[in-house]
Amino acid sequence: MEHTLNAETYKAAKKEVWKITWILSILTIVELCLGFWMYFSKQSLGPSGILFIKGVILILMLVKAFYIVAYFMHLKHEIKNMIMTIVVPLSLFIWFITSFLYEGNSYSNLRNRYDKHLHEQINVKVQEAHHAEEGEKSEGAKEEHKAEEHK
Amino acid sequence: MSTTAVHNTKWWSGGKSPFNLEYGKVMMWYFLMSDAFTFGAFLISYGTIRFSTNGWPDPNHVFSSYPFKVAGSAPAPLVFVSIMTFILIVSSVTMVLAVQAGHHKDKKGVVNNLILTILFGSMFLGCQAWEWMHLHAEGAWWGLNPFINADGTHATTNFTNYFFTITGFHGFHVFSGVVINIIMLIMTLNDTFEKKGHYLMIEKAGLYWHFVDLVWVFVFALFYLV
Repeated sequence: MEHTLNAETYKAAKKEVWKITWILSILTIVELCLGFWMYFSKQSLGPSGILFIKGVILILMLVKAFYIVAYFMHLKHEIKNMIMTIVVPLSLFIWFITSFLYEGNSYSNLRNRYDKHLHEQINVKVQEAHHAEEGEKSEGAKEEHKAEEHK
Repeated sequence: MSTTAVHNTKWWSGGKSPFNLEYGKVMMWYFLMSDAFTFGAFLISYGTIRFSTNGWPDPNHVFSSYPFKVAGSAPAPLVFVSIMTFILIVSSVTMVLAVQAGHHKDKKGVVNNLILTILFGSMFLGCQAWEWMHLHAEGAWWGLNPFINADGTHATTNFTNYFFTITGFHGFHVFSGVVINIIMLIMTLNDTFEKKGHYLMIEKAGLYWHFVDLVWVFVFALFYLV
């Protein structure tokens, strides 16, 4: 485990850190730009356009995660045994995410089919209560929702 | 590195760590892996509920304020949270620099970078505290959701419940990280690591701190952007 300690490697390691910092910053700025794009041109993008941008944001998120783990947490420079003991168990997430999101979607479909009340709620539009002037915050969103309906 | 060069194929023959790492660091990795599953379970549960719900509040509407904002001025989505994100990235960078300084037994570098990391970590906590206070003043809390869905329908409290639970859990990790870094700073100033002859403890604290940054990457994308 003894590393060769000299000024040369110290410098090279520092250089790598700044490189990764730039990559992470640029990826974050790209994410923010996409977020603003979704905010300002929601109408022109349409639902499929929004979905596509969200997908790109999720991929950028994973790329950022890779750079943090690989370089900041130094995993890329460890030996293969070490990388495998961490990465292989984490692959459980592939099943974890797929099955649970599938389950959530399926539950949504079943509820909308068999729970008529829930399904009708899609067409009930409400106004947001203005909370700065509201005295009874503790009554909860449901009460305010009722109050709005009575108006 | 001489041993690695000669016995590269016999990592499992005993007598040395098959991971070529010190015991404490391997255990820190395993702890972080378990923590990754904890956060993963939180975030996946959030995703499941979001997929099973018909509408969801618009994050650009909910998170559109920042400190000292003039009342009635235009909503500013993503502004405050992007500042928080950059604070955490910078704190991660100073932490790597502290770890590297420790590698080269550069005590002054360790102290300076640890102080910066603690400072940025505290700044992040301050930002998060402000955001919670602000949302609470707007009427949001566990079980209370003043915001409506993006499509104009009535929202459940799932949104606020998940937001406060997950950012709260992450904020608690940041807080623990700051406390750990303060302990590391005191130990460095007391020459504990100089006497030991190595700064491996800083590396373990560093791994934990980067993990906190890593989780924020996910929280930021999944709560504020998507």
